[in-house]
Amino acid sequence: MSPEHWTRPSRPDEQTRNGTASGPAATSAVPTREQVIAGLRATSEGGADLVQLLTPEGQRVSHPDFDIEVTDEQLRGMYRDMVLVRRADREGNALQRQGQLGIWVPLLGQEAAQIGAGRAMRPQDMAFPSYREHGVAWCRGVDPTELLGIFRGTDHGSWDPNTTGMGLYTIVIGNQCLNAAGYAMGQRFEGRVGNTGGDSADNEATMTFFGDGATSQGDVHEGMVWAAVYDAPVVFFCQNNQWAISEPTERQTRVPLYERARGYGFPGIRVDGNDVLASLAVTRWALDECRHGNGPVLIEAFTYRMDAHTTSDDASRYRLDDDLEAWKLKDPIERLRVHLVREQIADQEFLDSVDAEADELAQRFRDFCVNMPEPPPERMFSEVYAEESPVVAAQRQDYLQYLDGFADSAAGGVH
Amino acid sequence: MAVITYRQALHDTLREEMLADEDVFLIGEEIGVFEGSYKITAGLLDEFGEKRVRDTPIAEEGFIGAAVGAAMQGLRPVAELMTINFSLIALDQIVNHAAKIYGMFGGQCSVPMVMRTPGGGGQQLGATHSQNIELYYAFVPGLKVVAPSTPADAKALLRASIADNDPVLFLENLALYNTKGEVPETVEPAEIGKAAVSRPGNDITIIGYSRMATVAHQVADKLEDEEGISAEVVDLRSLRPLDRETLVESVRKTNCAVIAEDDWLTYGIGAEIAASISDGAFDSLDAPVRRVAAAEVPLPYAKPLERAALPSAESLTTAVHETLEAVGRRR
Repeated sequence: MSPEHWTRPSRPDEQTRNGTASGPAATSAVPTREQVIAGLRATSEGGADLVQLLTPEGQRVSHPDFDIEVTDEQLRGMYRDMVLVRRADREGNALQRQGQLGIWVPLLGQEAAQIGAGRAMRPQDMAFPSYREHGVAWCRGVDPTELLGIFRGTDHGSWDPNTTGMGLYTIVIGNQCLNAAGYAMGQRFEGRVGNTGGDSADNEATMTFFGDGATSQGDVHEGMVWAAVYDAPVVFFCQNNQWAISEPTERQTRVPLYERARGYGFPGIRVDGNDVLASLAVTRWALDECRHGNGPVLIEAFTYRMDAHTTSDDASRYRLDDDLEAWKLKDPIERLRVHLVREQIADQEFLDSVDAEADELAQRFRDFCVNMPEPPPERMFSEVYAEESPVVAAQRQDYLQYLDGFADSAAGGVH
Repeated sequence: MAVITYRQALHDTLREEMLADEDVFLIGEEIGVFEGSYKITAGLLDEFGEKRVRDTPIAEEGFIGAAVGAAMQGLRPVAELMTINFSLIALDQIVNHAAKIYGMFGGQCSVPMVMRTPGGGGQQLGATHSQNIELYYAFVPGLKVVAPSTPADAKALLRASIADNDPVLFLENLALYNTKGEVPETVEPAEIGKAAVSRPGNDITIIGYSRMATVAHQVADKLEDEEGISAEVVDLRSLRPLDRETLVESVRKTNCAVIAEDDWLTYGIGAEIAASISDGAFDSLDAPVRRVAAAEVPLPYAKPLERAALPSAESLTTAVHETLEAVGRRR
């Protein structure tokens, strides 16, 4: 599909808003704050622009552009993915509350967006995450316990991006969009996209994950510019969870975020981020477009951050419970569970077995966490430079000598 | 005299300045509805409205740039950068625009803006969120950098910064927000560029700013109580301009000095201070000037490692002892 296909025809209200072709826009061209908010949310209830394949009530619906064939086994698999990832997430939150982790970044509510996107990826693809992508990590084969080192402070970079196809968590907001654009440019320069015939199965794509707040950052803009002018095979997967810590989406944008793609010259699609099936369908299509050489693509997964920004944040300070309650009715796991049961794709025995597996994962997650070895003090000097640095070596020696001075004391160290 | 927190002093001053001058307004991420990540701006949106307490998109270069423009037009913006780490995203606006516009436009318009921002580690926020990079700004002609360590100084220097006609980076510190101190009913604006001899003494000069000035006080008190050592503490308060005169005068009296800084040693603020002492008090020195600073590593996230990497009262005490030993008159 060409970008032109995605050029949305102007709506009747916009014609008055933009005025006539001959004169400058009237002052009424500026939407009121209420109009902006209404516009941003217009599609949240299943409007024409929102791609949805599974309603909040678990009804399978069709979509003219994005239908998808999935086996019963795949459906059960994604249900299992979401339940396990949510369980690990809740354990992470609890472990922080118990003082076992310095911080935790909850993904609660965003399971469908992440599992749908993650399961659309192929092994040869590359993901560039923010710090909330526990569901994507799961799909890339990164065990949840591997996330713990970062949040407990015992380890940095626990997994290997080269073998997992999962980049390391990025803390600086939006920065990963640049990394992803560059990586995808490399895929194109090296001829790993757009191959036909026997090689086509090996075609690659890149996907980067970021939030609504990040879209205001220069890095995201520049990533999109570069990706566009180099036809880079990258999917910009924006999880619009409605909140950038305490700031709502209307503080970041006047138009729905997916519409920004038009300005860069590539397609933008808004998908129901609480619908795992639609997230899978749209992302699979987007990755295939990239593989064929038609990237980039922007996906706005419309979802909701059900918990706080991080465990350091208290969302009740700035948002209403009403909102949260409304979104609970759109729960990503519940709607798939209802669908599975109604269509007799899963029986109680299956659901119970997933719950039991979640309990086992939770236990394994907790045990792993509390038993992680504390890093030795000299560790802080070990990864400053790849090459030995005389400055760092001297500091290490001084520090170890200093610690030796405590060897006989009762405290046994300075900690 | 009222005893209030550093946080309260900042809050009260912002409020008073906004009441006194309609041109003063606040801009930053989450400062309005959320009342600031560290609650310095609590209640100000309600009192002054959206026009003067501006929540911005998550775009540091954008809102610092907006503040530069507003200042050029005669307003007095006080921008809050959630932490000094995020100032890196706005570096071009600060260094190439705020600092240079006055000169490069032939003095036609000044840039009277304040960038309030906390530095500091020790909160387990990881390497990218725990830096002390005020040096980057102290290095730049055209900028002023102030760094109060007490609630009273926070008030006096914030008043001065807002009144100043040049761009000021106002350095706060995460570890200081809850510290308390006496603040007089009325506080006059401080003179930017003046250090304070905040604790007089005779045996050794300890120089610090922001959090390390408070650590210097703790150490000096303990040395006096336990060992009878009379340490003088110089609180820099301003990093640019740097009050070399006060430093030199103190060292001429005590004949030795230790510098306590939260940033990294090599090329750090302490290097400039040591050079200034060497320039102005070389003949008075009885021992080499020593510096206590953070380990030169990206700050670890693990709590024990983070603690070990940061300068502490212990490491400062050790440096004082070693310096006095070198002087040969340890009591």
